[in-house]
Amino acid sequence: MMPSDETPLLELQDLTKTFGTGETATQVLKGLNLTLQKGGMIALLGASGSGKSTLLNILGTLLRPTSGGFTMLGQNLFTANDATLTDFRNRHIGFVFQLHNLLPDFTALENVIFPSAVRDGVERPAARRRGAELLDIVGLSDRINFRATKLSGGQKQRVAVARALMNNPDLILADEPTGNLDSKSAQQVMDLITRVNKSENTAFLISTHDEDIAAQCTSRIEIRDGRIS
Amino acid sequence: MRYGLKVALRHLTSNLSQTGLLVFGVAVAVFIFIFMSALIGGLADLMVNRTLGGLAHVTIKVEDKALPLLKTDSEARVLVARQKSTRDTTGIQDAMPLLPVIDQVPGVAVSSAQITGGAVLIRGERVRQVSVTGLAPDRVTAIIPFERYLHTGRLSLEGDGILIGAILANDMNLSVESPVTLRTDQGNTAILRVSGIFSSGVGQLDTASAYLDIRTARNLFDMPNAVSRIELKLTDLYDAETVAARIVATTGLDAEPWTATAQQLYEGLRAQSDTGLILKSFALLTIVIGVASSLMLTTYRRRPEIGIMRAMGASQNFILFVFVSQGAIIGLFGGLIGAGLGVAILTPLTPIGEVRSGQLPIDVAQGSIGLAIALTMIGATLAAILPARAASRIDPVEAIGQ
Ligand SMILES: Nc1ncnc2c1ncn2[C@@H]1O[C@H](COP(=O)(O)OP(=O)(O)OP(=O)(O)O)[C@@H](O)[C@H]1O
Ligand SMILES: [Mg+2]
Repeated sequence: MMPSDETPLLELQDLTKTFGTGETATQVLKGLNLTLQKGGMIALLGASGSGKSTLLNILGTLLRPTSGGFTMLGQNLFTANDATLTDFRNRHIGFVFQLHNLLPDFTALENVIFPSAVRDGVERPAARRRGAELLDIVGLSDRINFRATKLSGGQKQRVAVARALMNNPDLILADEPTGNLDSKSAQQVMDLITRVNKSENTAFLISTHDEDIAAQCTSRIEIRDGRIS
Repeated sequence: MRYGLKVALRHLTSNLSQTGLLVFGVAVAVFIFIFMSALIGGLADLMVNRTLGGLAHVTIKVEDKALPLLKTDSEARVLVARQKSTRDTTGIQDAMPLLPVIDQVPGVAVSSAQITGGAVLIRGERVRQVSVTGLAPDRVTAIIPFERYLHTGRLSLEGDGILIGAILANDMNLSVESPVTLRTDQGNTAILRVSGIFSSGVGQLDTASAYLDIRTARNLFDMPNAVSRIELKLTDLYDAETVAARIVATTGLDAEPWTATAQQLYEGLRAQSDTGLILKSFALLTIVIGVASSLMLTTYRRRPEIGIMRAMGASQNFILFVFVSQGAIIGLFGGLIGAGLGVAILTPLTPIGEVRSGQLPIDVAQGSIGLAIALTMIGATLAAILPARAASRIDPVEAIGQ
């Protein structure tokens, strides 16, 4: 089924996630129901340990849910195999993590074009051009050929945003993207996200503890006791 | 997969000292491999030359045939006592047309048809028993390297020339151009002229052997058409058994490889080459362990990166390829550098001509350099598979460690 414009970005039905088995089993997500449309900018809130990262990892197809329905762009991802998930992730999902975001031996530009190069098996000139444009958008055109290790924390996060945009994804998952930054750099990253959310119509789901950041989003979801409240 | 190679190379070049050390370690193991091959090969040649010097690699002859018994009618009982003297020792009949055929058998370097027999050399009062070999004048040096042993005179046997050992010559007071009478066991006599005196260091050759023109030998030993045997040298000594089998198949004659005649030497060489094989296997094992453990560390250190790559859409196969190719690249460079070291260090150490005492009989040409590079690449690649597989199965969530 081709996803049409009316197809929701993602749908969760009674989604659960349990870690471990037997006596040590802990159910973190206890039945989530959620439908997201394309293009939104959503804050994901919840106390520490409530399962925000767990949910983001499931939505990013990096972690398998235990039960329930999980559909993205009309495609059932609950039953898909690893190769299908890898390809889906590459085409439709971008990530911005809190830490360990970039490949340290690669330059800013090489990091940005990685999602395209790993799909094509080669770094195409067109990808390099788009990578340079994206770095320009995130305000780092003067750092294109810097090794990732030579960038500041805020610069790394901005490169990560540019990389997340590389393959024109439908959804970017950001797990506390500003959690490690000072307030000025954090604001820069949020301004950037707000800007590209509008210009590229890419949906963002941003987990955070920060009310200021949640306030900049268009809507919010909160996890409490393993459920969305 | 070009991009996978780029990532692999970037990983290797980002930590040049670690990669350099690993490549150097592999190169040293490759050098040891080549050194062992060159030494074992050279040693074998030395032993073969010292011991086998003039021995043929394959000897072709006919089984001594028993003469047919008298016919009896079926009722009668016959008691037979057969003696050795009743055997026919006519040799290989019509051998000359066979020679070009034998020369064409794969693996044969050179053939030498020979007539052998017993005789006495007589000069004045002195008489000495000798074993005589008739050789084709153009193949005097085919089996025994007389060119190296020649003491005085020349190696030409044409007509009445005779080649004898230095001890015999001294004993009989013969020198080059001396005339000497030869009487065969058959009772034929000829007066010959010493054309050359050799010193081989092998007792039997130097004290009681004489070589002359095969045409002269024909008359002396009453063998107008036959030859006693055909001796062969091969391009590869260790092919003797297969080549002998081929000759049996093509000619129907009996062919005996040197491994059957010089059993002890053969076993000695075997043991030596087995020892070499064990040492070479250890060298390869070192490569495998070195590459595997180093890649194990690398993949552990790069766990977060592997998680990131997986999150960006790198497949398990991509990760596998990135780390397996690192093993292959290390193997390739280690192999090439080790081979370079081998050639550079062992070529000057390879003795030219005779091996003198105190010299290692290294033969760089027998260093199995191509094999060393190939095995190193294969070994390093295989060594990389286990760590690479583990890397490809890393759980990205855990690795990114949110
Ligand atoms: N692999 C795992 N095995 C067992 N339990 C796990 C695992 N991963 C997470 N958990 C548990 O799941 C719960 C939710 O963790 P998660 O990381 O999703 O919380 P979070 O909302 O992101 O918290 P924070 O705001 O501190 O990042 C925690 O209690 C955690 O201990
Ligand atoms: Mg978290």
